[in-house]
Amino acid sequence: MSVLVIAEHENGTLVGSTLNTISAALAIGGDVDVLVAGNDCQSAAQAAAQAVGVSRVRVADDSTLAGQLAENMADLVVSIASDYSHILAPATTFGKNFMPRASALLDVSQISDISAVISADTFERPIYAGNALAKVQSADNIKLITVRITKFDAAPAAGGSATIEPVTAAADTDKSRYLGLAASESERVELTSAAVVVSGGRGMQSGDNFPMLERVADKLGAAVGASRAAVDAGFVPNDYQVGQTGKVIAPDLYIAVGISGAIQHLAGMKDSKVIVAINKDSEAPIFQVADYGLVADLFDAVPELESEL
Amino acid sequence: MKVLVGIKRVLDPQVKARVNGDRTGIDLTNAKMTMNPFCENAVEEAIRLKEAGTAEEVVVLSIGPAKAEETLRNALALGADRAILVHTEDTLEPLALAKVFKAIVADEQPQLILVGKQAIDDDCNQTGQMVSALLDWPQATFASKLEINGDTAKVTREVDGGLESIDVNMPAVVTVDLRLNEPRYASLPNVMKAKRKPLEKKELADLGLDTANRLTTLEVSEPPARDAGIVVETVAELVGKLKNEAKVI
Ligand SMILES: Cc1cc2nc3c(=O)[nH]c(=O)nc-3n(C[C@H](O)[C@H](O)[C@H](O)COP(=O)(O)OP(=O)(O)OC[C@H]3O[C@@H](n4cnc5c(N)ncnc54)[C@H](O)[C@@H]3O)c2cc1C
Ligand SMILES: Nc1ncnc2c1ncn2[C@@H]1O[C@H](COP(=O)(O)O)[C@@H](O)[C@H]1O
Repeated sequence: MSVLVIAEHENGTLVGSTLNTISAALAIGGDVDVLVAGNDCQSAAQAAAQAVGVSRVRVADDSTLAGQLAENMADLVVSIASDYSHILAPATTFGKNFMPRASALLDVSQISDISAVISADTFERPIYAGNALAKVQSADNIKLITVRITKFDAAPAAGGSATIEPVTAAADTDKSRYLGLAASESERVELTSAAVVVSGGRGMQSGDNFPMLERVADKLGAAVGASRAAVDAGFVPNDYQVGQTGKVIAPDLYIAVGISGAIQHLAGMKDSKVIVAINKDSEAPIFQVADYGLVADLFDAVPELESEL
Repeated sequence: MKVLVGIKRVLDPQVKARVNGDRTGIDLTNAKMTMNPFCENAVEEAIRLKEAGTAEEVVVLSIGPAKAEETLRNALALGADRAILVHTEDTLEPLALAKVFKAIVADEQPQLILVGKQAIDDDCNQTGQMVSALLDWPQATFASKLEINGDTAKVTREVDGGLESIDVNMPAVVTVDLRLNEPRYASLPNVMKAKRKPLEKKELADLGLDTANRLTTLEVSEPPARDAGIVVETVAELVGKLKNEAKVI
């Protein structure tokens, strides 16, 4: 049995999600290879080779993989798929984009967003925004899987010594062109890897009030997140969104400020270790999942929190 | 240009899903069902393309139970021209759905396929990508902006790192995110008119496709509940608890 993990990386830097996905691969068993695909991605390959548990890193470094367009990525995965019993990628927007495409080309059913490995062919995955867990068994001979990264600890990033081998990129399909990424600028820690997250909802009233949360976040070394309502209202950019349709996170501490706690929001944060809710409505559903609830006006409580820290 | 929109009938997002008695799935008896929210955005976008003169016809497709006719009628009331129901009482996996889409595309020859980025019941996030793979078309997933420019389309995609832009050749499959647009409501006269719009029914079995599921659901369970927390009276008490009790700061 051999398992392939497809690495997520940005400009040559390995993204943490890759290490969580390696852990899921190790839970399945067998040799674990990592595929690093991109343009100018040798440094990501070097990093992947250091991860504990990886046997071999295969690098497809080619200009046709710049922007990691789904069509070229899927064709590359298909070209080496027969070497593997399982192919895994993180269930981030990176993996969700090309993995189903590769699955369909291989005529297999993808298993999305697994939260646990039960055995080599049986996996657990959340459905209905995490309101239920399904145990599913796959009859396909190659299993394509995306991994809910918050459910698997990161494999140690250093200490491994995998071999690195080149692999040829598939021919350019020329179906689409990458134009660029408008990244939201922040010097803060990344939302999905932060140990502490402070999130604001519609109760924040305006984007102009978010600096109040940012000051608390600065004191805690935290990332800032948001509910969909806050993003839709234009308070903060889309990549702040936590939830069923945004990011799924599980920090040690999640502080929800002016967020009611809709099912779809809880789907993205209810695995956090400690949840704090600050809301002026004592009936808000967020209090049902909060370890510590404070019924207060956030415009009083947040500045006070900043000075208490 | 003809636009084909995929629509799924799902449990209403406001309703809390509960596991059924024999732990095989979700109890949907008498549950409030609705159009998958992402599909509402897909329908809305198709109608706007028609209103802008970019599209001539909007065809909506649902693969599912007889009751999905209601959901298709709803799309017709919103402004779609024609509906197709591929009837099956079985729940198909996205791979099988993609095979059905491919068969319908062979008849309909659309230049654009719009689907939701994910169905809020299975949370698969696969169907659009699979449809484009089987058709050998380009794909643009998680779209929050779509601009058709003749033979190509420029799509803004909501990704974890921000907003990505790509340009795809047409025909293409686009999977849509919630911020693409604000779906409209159907007016009463349009609901009445929708009753007379064409809705074609096909039996899945008559398409002669291999739509057997590859995954078996062995069990469905409730996730472990969180222990009840406490209410603190002051910010100072909160900070004290986080430092000394939870030890997270
Ligand atoms: C298909 C689908 C997918 C979705 N995906 C997501 C998702 O990924 N993430 C997500 O977050 N949502 C998602 N939603 C939306 C979700 O259903 C809710 O609408 C949303 O989470 C509400 O955001 P909110 O809590 O900020 O706003 P509201 O529900 O409006 O809550 C605002 C809260 O702020 C409190 N408040 C107001 N003023 C103050 C004050 N001065 N002091 C203290 N408290 C105050 C209020 O008491 C209230 O509880 C999705 C919905 C659908 C249908
Ligand atoms: N049974 C179905 N009939 C028509 N379209 C569907 C069906 N199931 C899923 N889709 C489309 O595919 C999208 C993504 O679904 P999924 O891949 O299941 O998350 C949905 O938003 C629909 O647009």
